[in-house]
Amino acid sequence: MNEFVTLMKPELVITIIIFLLLFIKLGKGIKNDLLLSIIQNLLLLNLAIGFFFNAEGTLFDNMYHTTKLIVFQKSILNFGVYVISLLFAGWFKKTEHLAEFFMLMLSALLGLDFLISSGNFLIFFLSLELATIPLAAMANFDLEKKISSEAAMKMILSSAFSSGILLFGISLIYGATGTINFAELPFKLDGNPLQILAFVFLITAFAFKLSIVPFHLWTADVYEGSPIATTSFLSVISKGGIAFVLISTLYKVFQPMQEVWYNMIMLLSVITMITGNLFALRQQNIKRFLAFSSIAQVGFILVGITANSPEGTSSVVYFILIYTFSNLAAFGVASAISSQTGKEKIDDYKGLYQTNPLLSWVMALALFSLAGIPPTAGFFGKLFLLTAGAAKANYGFILFAALNMIVSLYYYLRVIRSIFMDKNEQPIEKIHIHPSTKFAFIICSAGIILIGMLSWIYDYIQSLTQ
Amino acid sequence: MNLTLLILVPLITAVVVLLMRNKQQVKWISLIGATVQFVLALALLFAYRNEVASGNAEQFLFQQQYDWFPSWHISFHLGVDGISVAMILLTAFVVIAGVLVSWNIEKMTKEFYFLLILLSFGAYGFFISLDLFILFFFLEIAVIPKYLLIGIWGSGKKEYAANKLALMLMGGSALVLVGLLGLYFSTAERTFDLVKLSHLDIPVYVQEICFPLLFVGFGVFTALFPFHTWVPDGHSSAPTAGSMFLAGISMKLGGYGCLRVAAYVMPEGAKEYANIIIILSAIAILYGAFATMMQKDLKYMNAYSSVSHVGFVLFGIGMLTKTAITGAVIQMVSHGLMTALFFAVIGMIYERTHTRQVNEMGGLLKVMPFITTVLFIVGLCSLGLPGLSGFVAEVTVFMGGWEHPDAFHRIATVLACMSIVVTAVYILRAISRTAMGPIKESYSNLTDARWNEKLAAIILIAGILAIGVAPFWLNDLIKPGAEIIMQKFSMVP
Repeated sequence: MNEFVTLMKPELVITIIIFLLLFIKLGKGIKNDLLLSIIQNLLLLNLAIGFFFNAEGTLFDNMYHTTKLIVFQKSILNFGVYVISLLFAGWFKKTEHLAEFFMLMLSALLGLDFLISSGNFLIFFLSLELATIPLAAMANFDLEKKISSEAAMKMILSSAFSSGILLFGISLIYGATGTINFAELPFKLDGNPLQILAFVFLITAFAFKLSIVPFHLWTADVYEGSPIATTSFLSVISKGGIAFVLISTLYKVFQPMQEVWYNMIMLLSVITMITGNLFALRQQNIKRFLAFSSIAQVGFILVGITANSPEGTSSVVYFILIYTFSNLAAFGVASAISSQTGKEKIDDYKGLYQTNPLLSWVMALALFSLAGIPPTAGFFGKLFLLTAGAAKANYGFILFAALNMIVSLYYYLRVIRSIFMDKNEQPIEKIHIHPSTKFAFIICSAGIILIGMLSWIYDYIQSLTQ
Repeated sequence: MNLTLLILVPLITAVVVLLMRNKQQVKWISLIGATVQFVLALALLFAYRNEVASGNAEQFLFQQQYDWFPSWHISFHLGVDGISVAMILLTAFVVIAGVLVSWNIEKMTKEFYFLLILLSFGAYGFFISLDLFILFFFLEIAVIPKYLLIGIWGSGKKEYAANKLALMLMGGSALVLVGLLGLYFSTAERTFDLVKLSHLDIPVYVQEICFPLLFVGFGVFTALFPFHTWVPDGHSSAPTAGSMFLAGISMKLGGYGCLRVAAYVMPEGAKEYANIIIILSAIAILYGAFATMMQKDLKYMNAYSSVSHVGFVLFGIGMLTKTAITGAVIQMVSHGLMTALFFAVIGMIYERTHTRQVNEMGGLLKVMPFITTVLFIVGLCSLGLPGLSGFVAEVTVFMGGWEHPDAFHRIATVLACMSIVVTAVYILRAISRTAMGPIKESYSNLTDARWNEKLAAIILIAGILAIGVAPFWLNDLIKPGAEIIMQKFSMVP
């Protein structure tokens, strides 16, 4: 019993919070202000608990396992959710069904937590469903907007489709090896054609969730239609969690087939980077822009994943930590502007610096970090991904990735140019920023500047992967 | 002497500038910061000379090393030799002059000075780092401030120029990055440390791949033909201090990188590609000179002539003789000072006449004697008049090139020499049209330089004269560093 509590602590805490919210909702109506601060504090508590009483071990006959690295990964996700609760305060206060939104979001988080800890394809599939179905409801949360329902529809259809493919892959794996247990699979895999076919189906399912090209088509529409809080959860927390799982699946379960998946991941990485970048060049809507830029970022994550080494794991975890800070900050600025003025076009940002210097600087920091410009943390994140990938001595691939950074720089600079350089007769008026949003901006900016400089953070992650 | 001071002072200055409320405070804080940097650079020069005079024969002095990302074997390793000391001096001269020249910036003063100081932070860090990772870090830090400086405070087609500059320089640094990763994984040590790498045997096939990556990558920064196209647009659109920093400091980052990283670490690669470097840089020298003849805009003139003059740096490195390499470093310092001064003067003239077209000016000597005199001095330095720094640098490079007895090197040297004639044509023509002749009615009540402009010009002229009249001190400073690089070449069969 005791072991059960210590090992499953992250999931248990989230479950308790979900039930608490449910009871709060059942009781007398609470003002959104109060409810939001309750939620924020609960999530902070959730984040804090993640740092104490951690243990390593397995439960339920290897169905569930946890290590220090997994606990750290869950803490990154918890942190991201906490920042989301702060960042979009302006929008949350206007929402009618605040408690429901967080219940859904926490359910998805719970699913991701189980997913990271899963030791068996059964629980893997169940938790992946738990992590995606609430997202469709979250995408539909701008109830009065048609585009939001459209986003939810696209989300649910594409995730149903990818679940089907995943299930098919899992059944093929079971057929080929006779087991769905992660611990036993590596000994049974030898790379015969049936296994490769099963693996392709599995990777396809991952590719859907991570919006890897050519399975990315749902991304931009869903990002654009959903409320920004959902979009940011999708692009940061959900992507991060699934990337963690992809790594452990490839490195542990499919280790015997590494020649097969190295080429596959490399190819996916190349087309993902170039497609994400080329499409991002022409976007006008800031949410679509960030959607395609996040596709390109996933391409970069795949570069690190190809390393197939402890450095690969640590550089990806490090990158996702940094990506959480940078991307959330960018979405935060976009949300602060759109929830007050309804403007979401990049051209609307012209002259923003004249009226909103704080928002402009936060956006600039976030975009520089996404582009990988020093001294922001993104520079270190991207560099370490490339260094990890370069250990395979495939320099053409690394050069391609490095040149893609230049393409991405072009479109990030386009936003910077709108904000700082272009003139505008009627720039966006002075935006009122909610205090908790301001606090989140401070956290994100501090993270963007400091995570790179403080090298012990990377060393800590590296020590977890040994 | 503690080298971290050199990067701490700009960093602190930049942060304090951000906290200031009004423009006067911002300006004075920046000036104080730049002065402290200047004093530090001079102190470093004397400390270095003292150490060397007292018999310290170590290659890099004042070394400091702190762990930074130990799991990647990266350390914050600082140290200087004579070449870096020369580059640091150059940076300090240009920074203080740049701060003084921009005294009248009204638009977003705080941000302007913040970016200037940030740029100098990148440059100092670049010149003192002995670990290739932090060297790359500082190299990239110096790019984005340039983009913003040109894009926000620039003139003409500034957005286009800023974009072109940022993307081309980032493209260069992408090549540098891949080259560095190749070096990192080529040895069993897995190290970015320059000192360690220079003592390791890097396999020849790695050198053949990584040398061009690194040389071209750094070459983009220093206007290696055909990657020079950002130079004219970038320089001419930038605000005065921006052009000064770009041409004076930033282009030297590339030259220093080519010499210190590419050529020094990979001598076999350098020998292999030396002839290509010579051909490309000779093209840059001649093409730059002839292109300058066609320009009517003063800033474009100086930008194209920079392509030509910086060509001498790569030309000297490609020659692979001690004299030529010494000449290349002297040319970096000399051109840095000269071109910064040239852009400063052009800025002063433009501020008063509101034109940079040579044809629209005339007779300016009558109304602004000080500014025109400075223009004369800098022009003569550019065309290589003895007694000024340009002469010393170019003659040293040519002598170094002539040391090779074969026809290829000698023909290349002669061709490069010919650019001096072309330089004389365009410089003298530009100066005479600007300064002499009848003065336009509308220009007759223009004022001469203010205190800050005079001070900036005097500081830079002092540097030019110090090299021109007494080149031996700079030569002595650079020689040991050049000798060590040459030793590596002499070991190559």
